[in-house]
Amino acid sequence: MIDKICPSAAAALADVADGATVMVGGFGTAGLPNELTDALLAQGARDLTIVNNNAGNGDTGLAALLAAGRVRKIICSFPRQADSHHFDRLYRAGKIELELVPQGNLAERIRAAGAGIGGFFTPTGYGTELAKGKETREIGGRMYVLESPIHADFALIKAERGDRWGNLTYRMTARNFGPVMAMAARITVASVHEVVELGALDPENVVTPGIFVQRVVRIDRAPTRCAGF
Amino acid sequence: MADYKRWTREQMAQRVARDIPEGAVVNLGIGLPTLVANHLPAEREVMLHSENGIIGMGPAPAEGAEDYDLINAGKQPVTLLPGGCFFHHADSFAMMRGGHLDICVLGAFQVSAGGDLANWHTSAPDAIPAVGGAMDLAIGAKRTLVMMEHCTKAGESKIVPRCSYPLTALGCVSRVYTDLAVIDLGPQGATVVEMCEGLDFAQLEALTAVPLRLA
Repeated sequence: MIDKICPSAAAALADVADGATVMVGGFGTAGLPNELTDALLAQGARDLTIVNNNAGNGDTGLAALLAAGRVRKIICSFPRQADSHHFDRLYRAGKIELELVPQGNLAERIRAAGAGIGGFFTPTGYGTELAKGKETREIGGRMYVLESPIHADFALIKAERGDRWGNLTYRMTARNFGPVMAMAARITVASVHEVVELGALDPENVVTPGIFVQRVVRIDRAPTRCAGF
Repeated sequence: MADYKRWTREQMAQRVARDIPEGAVVNLGIGLPTLVANHLPAEREVMLHSENGIIGMGPAPAEGAEDYDLINAGKQPVTLLPGGCFFHHADSFAMMRGGHLDICVLGAFQVSAGGDLANWHTSAPDAIPAVGGAMDLAIGAKRTLVMMEHCTKAGESKIVPRCSYPLTALGCVSRVYTDLAVIDLGPQGATVVEMCEGLDFAQLEALTAVPLRLA
């Protein structure tokens, strides 16, 4: 029987090695798999390369991983936020490497890795600092920059419902990077608020097919400030 | 010198809204451009895109009805209109890069007469660079519009022959809306479309670092 359901976040992350590249879903705080990053913190892996849109908010979740000195490098589009103090401090002290990537290039480089694409030409960033040193080409009268895929050892993503085959649905804008990160990692760990029987997810509405997901962990829905949901 | 009356931020937003036609798919950048949504007339159907995976974005929810799984690019709670939908990040940026968005409205530090845009980084020694979706939006939409103050706080023109701040994209801005004027940009240079009340062309020329012509 195929059963990707893991008993706990700790069990799902037991084999993350030092030096691993770990993608973390989420945009702002929507879709951030905080229970999974907490479990990664407890697991102890270090020298990590993290791929996320941002670089941690406040003192919890991804920010806690940074604060504990576990992250060697971060690949992201928007590190600077009002509450990114842990990243700011590490960056200014030269204790963390930053690879700054335009947000669409970040999403497409992740998607390319998952889709088996060796690189792609994009108009985004042409003529800017962020394309410095990269190969360019004129195609149909327009200038493009060659960008490479971003692969990962693990992807930690937050979904809404899942089944034992790893099929996933998401909730509103918490979807963001989840579906492409799931494709790009060797091992994708998805947290879900509800595990359902096979067949219970409408096959027309499965967003991430289970082939892209290796482990599913059920996490209680955190109480939120919104409408009692 | 004639007395002139600068446009307020709300008047600038109102002026941009006039240029957004029925049926357009529009992305409004963070900050000043966000105000444009308040000035789109109710009878005009416009679809708002948010880079974190929404088309058909509605206004802010009533107090107490916020849902932090439904936020905009500025991380503020929003709502979804009937017909609206969600999609993942790679699709959202394919919508931009693929030329499916009609209009994006962005803020700027500087624009050049030829339409180059600088809006992501000041290169100040202690500044932490952050680019977000600015570069993708600037090159992706069919029309990229900029809203900004005409001059810096120090009184320097933000319309420049050549951007001194790091570029976001080359030759992407087709029109800039400032507190003094509406100006078309492009290979032909800067063409003044409209000026605020009481401002004459010579005054505008004196406040602008590039040659201007009248439409």
